[in-house]
Amino acid sequence: MRISTLFFTIGQGIKNIFRNKLFSLATVATIASCVFLFGLFYCVVLNFQNFVREIQTGVAITVFFDEGLPDAEIMKIGDEIAKRTEVSKIVFISAEEAWESFKSEELGGYVDSFGDDNPLQDDANFEIYMNDVSRQETLVKFIEGLEGVRQVRKSVMVASVLTSMNNFVGYISMAIILILLLVSIFLISNTVSIGITVRREEIGIMKLIGATDFVVRAPFVIEGIILGLIGAAIPLAAIYYVYRNVVEYISERFNIISSFLKFLTINQIFSTLMPVSLTLGVGIGFLGSFTTVRKHLRV
Amino acid sequence: MIILEDVSKTYSTGSPALNNITLHVKPGEFLFIVGDSGSGKSTLIKLLLRELTPTSGRIIVNNTDVVKLKHGKIPKYRRGIGVVFQDFRLLKDRNVYENVAFAQRIISVPGREIRRNVPSVLSLVGLAEKYRSRPRELSGGEQQRVALARAIINNPPILLADEPTGNLDPKNSWEIMNLLDEINSHGTTVLVVTHNREIVNAMRKRVITMKKGIILSDQEQGGYIDED
Ligand SMILES: Nc1ncnc2c1ncn2[C@@H]1O[C@H](COP(=O)(O)OP(=O)(O)OP(=O)(O)O)[C@@H](O)[C@H]1O
Ligand SMILES: [Mg+2]
Repeated sequence: MRISTLFFTIGQGIKNIFRNKLFSLATVATIASCVFLFGLFYCVVLNFQNFVREIQTGVAITVFFDEGLPDAEIMKIGDEIAKRTEVSKIVFISAEEAWESFKSEELGGYVDSFGDDNPLQDDANFEIYMNDVSRQETLVKFIEGLEGVRQVRKSVMVASVLTSMNNFVGYISMAIILILLLVSIFLISNTVSIGITVRREEIGIMKLIGATDFVVRAPFVIEGIILGLIGAAIPLAAIYYVYRNVVEYISERFNIISSFLKFLTINQIFSTLMPVSLTLGVGIGFLGSFTTVRKHLRV
Repeated sequence: MIILEDVSKTYSTGSPALNNITLHVKPGEFLFIVGDSGSGKSTLIKLLLRELTPTSGRIIVNNTDVVKLKHGKIPKYRRGIGVVFQDFRLLKDRNVYENVAFAQRIISVPGREIRRNVPSVLSLVGLAEKYRSRPRELSGGEQQRVALARAIINNPPILLADEPTGNLDPKNSWEIMNLLDEINSHGTTVLVVTHNREIVNAMRKRVITMKKGIILSDQEQGGYIDED
C-alpha cells in the first residue's frame, strides 16, 4: 500500500468520526465509562496489593531471649533460624540499637532524664523477614521450641489472612475486568454496526467501482481505534486528577491512616495504568470495529 | 472482449429479466443497447459488472470468467470497467472532486497525479466550476456527468454507460455522446444504454434492441427500431 493511500485511509477514519458525531460521542462515552471503572478498580487493587506487600516484606517475627543469655547462645539460635527456607533475612538488634531506635521513634526529645541507663537492657532481639508469610505459624512454633527463647512476637497477626484476601481480590478484579471488556466490545460493535448500516449504500458504491474490502473496511477500523484512544484518554485524565486529590486529602486529614497505610503515588499508578488503559482502549476499538466490520461487510 | 452465452437472469420475484441472451462484443467496439423500459438492459450491465450473477449461462470478459470469479478478485476485475449507473450512485456526503478522485484513490494513484487528473476530466465533462458541490446540490444532468467523469478517469478498457444522457438537454446529450465516441476512438470498448432515438439514428453504430429479456435485433450501423 502506498503511503498516500495510508494517509487517505486514516483521513477517512477521522472524517467518519465527525460525519456521525452522535454515534462517535456514544462510542467514546461507552469506552470512557468502561476504562474509568477499570481505572478506579485498578487504583484500589494496586494499592491493596502494595499494602499487602509492605506487610509481607516487613518484619514478620521478632525473637527475644532469656535474660542474661550469652552472645554465643544467641548466635546459635540465629543460625538455627537462618537455616529455615521460609526465612529471607534475619537481623540482630542489640539492646543499644533497640534503645536508640525507641528513643528516636517514640520519645522524641524527652530522653535526657534517662541519662546513660538503658531501660531496655534485655531487649536484644532478632528481626526475621520472611519470603512466605503464609508459613508464619509454622516458623513461630519452631522458634518457640528453641532453647533460650523467651518470647516470639508476630508483628502482624493478619498476614496470612491478607495473603488469601490478596488472591481473592486478584480473582475478583480479573473477573470484573473481563466483564467490562466484553461489555464494551459488545457496545462498540453495536455502535459500529449502526454506523455501517447508515453508510451501507456508500460502501456498496465503493465496492462497485472496484474498492477492495480493505479500503472499505479500514476507515471503520481506524475510526474504532481513534475512538478507543480518546475513550481511554479522557478517564485517564479524570483519574489522574481525582486520585491525586483524594490521596492528598486523605493523607492530610487522616494522619493515622496514612501512618500505617501508605498509598502509591499517582506516578507509580500511572506508570502501568496508562499503557494498560490505552492498550485497552485501542484493543476494544480495534476488536469491536474489526469483528463488526467483518460481520457486516460481506459485500 | 465481452462474451455472453445463453445468459439468463431471474430475480427472486417474478419472470426472467434476461432470457437466454447470447452476445459477442469485439474489442474497441461501440455498442448501443436500446429497448423498452423493463426489457433487461440495466440487468445486463449489472451482470457485466458482477453486481449480479446470472441464474444460468456464461459471461467472459477479457478472458475472465466473470461468473466463477473469486470474491477477492472482484475488485481488480471491476477496476477494468468504467460504469455510469442509471441512478448515478455518487457518494452523497462527498463533493464532486472527491467522488471522481475516489476512483483513483482505490487504485493508489499518487496524490500529485490525482490533483492533476481530476480537474482535467471534470472540464472534459463540463463541470470544472462545480467541483466543490455535493451531489444533492447538482441537477440530474450534472450528477450524470460527475458519474461519467468517475467512470472514465482511470481510462478503463471497457466503459458501460446506463442512460448517460437520460437527464440532459439535446445539446449536452450530443456533447456527452461525442465524448463517448472519442473515448471509443482511443480503443475503449463502449456499451451505451439509451432511449435517445435521434442520437442512435444519427451515429450509425451497432445497435442491440432488447424486449422482455431477449435480444430482438442486432444491427451493424443500425438505428432505433420502432415496432409499434
Ligand atoms: N432488484 C430487482 N428485483 C426484482 N426484479 C427486478 C430487480 N431489478 C429489476 N427487476 C425486474 O427485471 C426486469 C428488467 O429490469 P431492468 O432494470 O434490467 O430494465 P431496463 O431495461 O433497464 O429498464 P429501464 O429502461 O426502465 O431502465 C424488470 O421487469 C424489473 O422489474
Ligand atoms: Mg435500466
